[in-house]
This record gives sequence, C-alpha cells and structure tokens, in this order.
Amino acid sequence: MTATLTPQTGGSHAGGSHRRATPPAAHQLSAPARALRWLRRNVVTLFGILALAYMTLPNLVVLLFSFNDPNGKFNYTWNGFTLDAWKDPFGVAGIKDSLITSLEIAFLSTLFATVLGTAVAFALGRYRFRGRGLTNTLLFVPMSMPEVVMGASLGTLFLNMRISFGFWTILIAHVMFCLSFVVVAVKARVLGMDPKLEEAAQDLYASPTQTFLRVTLPIAAPGIGAGALLAFSLSFDDFVITNFNSGDTVTFPMFVWGAAQRGTPPQINVIGSAMFFIAIAVVIVGQVRTNRRKQKAS
Amino acid sequence: MNALAPTGGGGGGGTDDLKEPPKRGRWVPYALLAPGMIWLVVFFLIPMLVQGGTSLQTGGLEKGYEFTWHFSTYWDALQTYYPQFLRSFGYAAAATVMCLVIGYPLAYAIAFKAGKWRGLWLVLVIAPFFTSFLVRTLAWKTILADNGIVVDVLNTLHFTDVTALLGLTEGDRVLATPLAVICGLTYNFLPFMVLPLYASLERIDPRLHEAANDLYADPKTTFRKVTFPLSLPGVVSGTLLTFIPASGDYVNAAWLGSPDTGMAGNVIQTQFLRVLDYPTAAALSFILMLLIVLMVSAYIRKAGTEELV
Repeated sequence: MTATLTPQTGGSHAGGSHRRATPPAAHQLSAPARALRWLRRNVVTLFGILALAYMTLPNLVVLLFSFNDPNGKFNYTWNGFTLDAWKDPFGVAGIKDSLITSLEIAFLSTLFATVLGTAVAFALGRYRFRGRGLTNTLLFVPMSMPEVVMGASLGTLFLNMRISFGFWTILIAHVMFCLSFVVVAVKARVLGMDPKLEEAAQDLYASPTQTFLRVTLPIAAPGIGAGALLAFSLSFDDFVITNFNSGDTVTFPMFVWGAAQRGTPPQINVIGSAMFFIAIAVVIVGQVRTNRRKQKAS
Repeated sequence: MNALAPTGGGGGGGTDDLKEPPKRGRWVPYALLAPGMIWLVVFFLIPMLVQGGTSLQTGGLEKGYEFTWHFSTYWDALQTYYPQFLRSFGYAAAATVMCLVIGYPLAYAIAFKAGKWRGLWLVLVIAPFFTSFLVRTLAWKTILADNGIVVDVLNTLHFTDVTALLGLTEGDRVLATPLAVICGLTYNFLPFMVLPLYASLERIDPRLHEAANDLYADPKTTFRKVTFPLSLPGVVSGTLLTFIPASGDYVNAAWLGSPDTGMAGNVIQTQFLRVLDYPTAAALSFILMLLIVLMVSAYIRKAGTEELV
C-alpha cells in the first residue's frame, strides 16, 4: 500500500501508472504477462499513435501518388514511378493560374480580415460599450454556421443584386468568414494584456500614438500574426463558400473539384505535398525563432 | 461566447476591468467596430434575410422571380428531400461519435502521456491540414479503392459483412457506400474534435489526479469522476465543431459516396449551381440552418453549459 501514500513528485501525472497494490516486480512475471502489463499501461498512447496514423495516412498517399505515372486520366491506382509531375508541376492547363488566383485572394482577404478583425478585437477587449452582446453574437454565428448555408445565402444576395460572380465576390466572401476567427485570436491576446504597461508608457510622456505603436501593437502582434495565419490558411483552402460565389474564376480548390470530374493529374498531388512541406517549414522556422528569442531573454 | 472557438478559454475573464471611454471618446469603440461589423451585417446577416425572401419567390430563370409568399416551396422541398436531411444528420452524428472515440484518447495522450513530445504531437495533428482538404479527400478514393489493401483486409476480417448487415456497405465494396462517407467526414473533422478536447484536458491540474489517487480511486474511477467531468466543456465544443460542419458537407458525399448517399449539402449545391432553382436552394439552405440551430440549442441546454456559449 505504500505506493499510494507516497505523494507523486515531479510533473508525472500519468493516469494509469499509479496502482493501488504494489505490482509484482517485472522479473517475477512471465514474458507474456509483462507484455500485457506494458500494453495496459500504454494503451492510450498506442491508440493515440494509431489516431495520428489515421490522420497522416492520406498525406502519405498524396505524396506517394505525386510520383505516380497514371495509366489514363485518373490518378487513383499505382502504375509506376516517375518524377515527371515534380519536374513540371505547372504542366497542366489552368493549374498555375488557379494557384495564383488562390494566393492573391488569400493574401488580400488576410489583409482585410486582419485589419478589420484587429480593430473589432481592440474594441471588445478594451472598451465598455452598449451592444457588446449583439456584437459577440454576430461574430459567433458565422463560425457556427455550416459553410453551405453561408455560401448559398451570400450567392443569393449577389444574384438578387445582379452582381456578377468572380474574383471580387470570392474576396468579399472570404473576408466575411475569416473575420470572426481573427477577432477570436486577437481578442485573447488583448484581454491578456497588462493595462499597466500602457499607463507606464503614458507616465513616461509617450503620446497616445506612440503608446499604441511602441507598446500596444508589439504586445498584440503574436495574436494578430496568429489570426492572419489562420485567415490565410482558411481562405487558401476554402472550397464550399467559393463554390457558390466564384462564377468562372478558378481557385486552386475549384481546380481540384473540376479535375475530380475531368481527370486528376499527379500535379495536384505535387502542389498538395509542396503546400504541406512549405507550411511545415514555416512552422519550424517560427519555432526556432521563438526559441532563440526565449534563450536571449533568459 | 467561446465554446466553439478552437482556442478554448481566453475570453470570459477581464471584461470587468474594461475601461469606460472618456466622455469625448465615446465613439472610439464604435469607430473600431464599425468597418468589421458592417461587413458582417452586409455580407452575412442581410444575405440570410435575402435568402429567406428568395425562398418565398416563384418564377423561372426566363420570366424572372416574384415574391409571392410561396411557402409550399418549403413543403415540397421537405417532402422531396427529407431522405437527404435524414442522411445529413445521421452521417454527421455517426462521424461525431467516431471523432469522439478516436479523438478523446488522442487528446488524452497528448495532454498526459506525450511529455516533452507534446509539441510534436500537436504539430502532427495540425500538419496534415496544410494540404488542401480536397486533395486529401481524393486520397481516400485511393485508400478505399475496390481490391485495395484496406478493403481486402476488411473483407478478410469479415468486417464488411458486419457493416453490410448494418446497411453501411454493399457487397465487398467500401467506396460509394455510407461507410466511406462517414469515414471521410470523421477524417476531415477530427482535428476540430481533438483541439478543443486537448485544450480542456490540458487545463486540468495534475494535482487533482494525485488527490484522487490519494483517496484510493483506481485509474478508472479517477477518469470517470475527475478527468471526464472536467473535460466536458471540450467534449461539448468538440462535438459542436464536428457536427455542424459535417452536417453541411457535400464533398465527402459527392466523392466517396454514391447518388444514394447524397446529403442536404449536395441537394443545395445541385439546386443552386446546376438546376438554378434558387427558391428551392434557398428554402433547403434555410431548413438546414433552422434544424441545426434547433438541434444545437437543444444539445447545449441538455449539456448544461449555457455559460460557455
């Protein structure tokens, strides 16, 4: 019984490792019993690894099939290894233009959504005002609405207003659904900010503009950056809302949607995999930089 | 307001020390709010109302549409497409349960077992989603292909016989069956389950586990009485974040399913973009929205976490 009464020290708080009766020492157990015990202790971890495998498997398939030499129009069955698609990633009509359109829209909608969203987040995080609850509701509802409903209703508005679909209607739609996510990301940071820092700046004779630019903005920057990254990836990857508001304009997801009907070139897999590696690189670079900053600070 | 926000927490606190703007600056918060909120009113709220109006119109593409309080569009739409709505909510519910079953152990492992590898685990949860979701969903066509490895193994294990009995598969196929659609939905929305679960598990004070142990609770009891109740906010927001988008999805049903597995989203998409019957599309979309709002508010009431939303 001693095991239960000794307080656990350190950060280990693994749920299953703490048993009521002192377990027999490992050497007293037969091999299968030992294996069974190990399995019982690590079953959650093993299950977690299986879940991660389930989540990563499609990416591996996408990568593998970017090296496929498909027999026919569709790239669904393995036929043979080739580097052709990687050597010529834009070798399919329309794929390059769709990628450029997607990047343009993602860049612009990130810019708009981040500026508008940061202003809203500052208002919510800083000031008392009437209509707060209403504002929160209006921000929350788009995040909890299925994309089809948002896409179809915005499309209906454009139809009724006789606005023709294209680049600008996609941009308007993307700013609309990215906005709430930027607000959430920035608001968390603004609410966690110590108001004394700004008071200190003003005590040191900083003008309101100086205080904002030299104190407030740098502190809020990580939240704004996170919001902008989120907006960029949401916009770049959006298909459903774009589907209802794009007209003849083809973004990369729209290209893939069309390709699924006409034939899927392995170039789609090349671009999908490249996006994955680029995003990973961005994450790693960001991580290394924050680590370095932490080291400098300590 | 934060139950659905993937960041969890963060909001709530702090509202008390907000400053009252000085008399001359009363307009400041409104000036900050105005551009963003006007954008949402014009391009989110008004479209919802316009869609409500369009759903009551009659007419055709050539003659133009006229507002006629034509409520029977709703009735006709429901009568014709109720199977799609049933499938939508059935598949979404099944996918949500699957996400919970797969996502909970994963979130638990990241929060309590990963130790110094926690960062890596989290990156691995999010990283797959950097590849466009359409491209990844196409990959499932390969994975679940007839005579592929996965389907062969499932056939050998007689798994497909069991699912065929349940009406989820047909013959030896997995692709183009409800099972494939549910599988795709589960896969696509799993991170929306894992991240809020992780956020609520991670906040649990490890000393509570030690206290439970000291009070002679075995690991099972500790989980049942301490860990799980404390993770409930994560379960609620995770299930909502999975169920809502899954019930409106149409990509999985279109690519992994067959015409017999169409969901509400597929009908809305077809009516709007191919048939160009805008009143019906608007009515269907309105019905979907209404049903989801009803279900979600009933669920939140039942889950007893009003303070979170």
